[in-house]
Amino acid sequence: MLDILLSILVLTGAIFTFVGSLGLVRLRDFYTRLHGPTKATTLGVGCLLIASAVYFSVRDEGVSLHEVLVTLFLFITAPVSAHLLAKAALHLKVHSLAAEPHEAHGEERTP
Amino acid sequence: MRRLLPHPLLTLTLAILWLLLVNQFSAGHLVLGLLLGWLIPLLTSAFWPEHVRIRHTGVLLHYLAVFVYDIVRGSFQVAWLILKGPARLKPAFVVVPLELRTDLGISLLANTISLTPGTVSSRLSADKRTLVVHTLNTDDPEALVAEIKQRYEMPLKKIFEEEDRAC
Amino acid sequence: MLSTVIPIAYALVSLAFVFSFWRLLKGPDAPDRILALDTLYVNTIALLVLLGIHLGNAIYFEAALLIAMMGFVGTVALCKYLLRGDIIE
Repeated sequence: MLDILLSILVLTGAIFTFVGSLGLVRLRDFYTRLHGPTKATTLGVGCLLIASAVYFSVRDEGVSLHEVLVTLFLFITAPVSAHLLAKAALHLKVHSLAAEPHEAHGEERTP
Repeated sequence: MRRLLPHPLLTLTLAILWLLLVNQFSAGHLVLGLLLGWLIPLLTSAFWPEHVRIRHTGVLLHYLAVFVYDIVRGSFQVAWLILKGPARLKPAFVVVPLELRTDLGISLLANTISLTPGTVSSRLSADKRTLVVHTLNTDDPEALVAEIKQRYEMPLKKIFEEEDRAC
Repeated sequence: MLSTVIPIAYALVSLAFVFSFWRLLKGPDAPDRILALDTLYVNTIALLVLLGIHLGNAIYFEAALLIAMMGFVGTVALCKYLLRGDIIE
C-alpha cells in the first residue's frame, strides 16, 4: 500500500519535472516558456519531496519533516524568480507572441 | 511588549523552521528555536517596518485552501497545455488594476498569481496601481481579470487591509 | 514496485536536464538562459531527492537545500544585473 503511494508520488513528480522542462523546448516565446518551470516543475519537485518525507518517516520510525522546508522554500521563491525574469524580459523588450502591455501610468518597479 | 517582542508571528515561524531544520523534536531544540525566533526579529527589526495583523482567520484558511487547490489545478493545466503543443496557445498580457494598497498585500497577490493557473505576474507600475500579468492561454482577458480580482484580491484585502489600513 | 519506478523517474529527470541544457545553449536571449539555469537548479534538487530515496540516505537532503538557496540567489542576482546593469545598488 505504502509502496504504491510512494511509487505514484515519485512517478508524478518525475513526470511534472519532465513536462516543465519539455516546455522550455517546445514553446515558442520566452513568456510562454516561463510558465513551464514555475508551475509544473515546482509541483513535480514538491511531489518528490513529499515522497521523500513519507519514505524516511516510515523507514526511520520518526517523523522526518525537513523536506517540507525545501518544498516551502521552492514555493516561496519560484514566483519571485518568475516575476523578476518576466520583468527583466519586458525591460529588455524580448520578442513576444502576445501584444506588449500598455499601462496607464508610470514605469516599472519591483514589489 | 512591542519593543521586546516586535513580531510574535515571525518568532513562532522561525521556531518552527528551526525545529524542521534540525529534524527532531526535543525541549532543548524548542528553547533554542524560540531564542533564535526572539533574537533574529529583534536584531533585524529595521528591515521589518510593517506590523502585520491578520483579521478573519476563517477567510485566511479558506484562501489557503483555494490557493493549494489552484496550484495543483494550475500545474495540471500548464502541463496539459505544454503536451498539447504550442500551436493552439493564445498567450496574452492583461493589465489588472489593483485595489490593494500595502506592499505585503501586493506581494502576496503577485506571488499567488504566479503560482496559479497559467498566469505569471510580470510588472508592477511605479505608482503600484496596476499589475501586468502574462497568461499562457486565454480566450477572454476580461474574464481573467475579473476572476483574479474576485478570487484572490478580495480575500487578501479582507485579511490584511480592512479597517485601519495604516497598520 | 518502487524499485521499478525509480529508474523510470531517473530517465525522466535526466531528459529534463537535456532539455534545459539545450535551452541554455540555444538562448536566444539572456532571460532564456537564466530561466534554463533556474530550471537546472530545480532539476538538480529533483535528482538529489530521487538519489536520496534510491540509496536510502537522508544526507543528500542538505545538498538539495543548499542548491535551492544558492539557485534562488543566483537567479535574482542575474535578473537584477539585466534590469540595472548592476547587482548591488
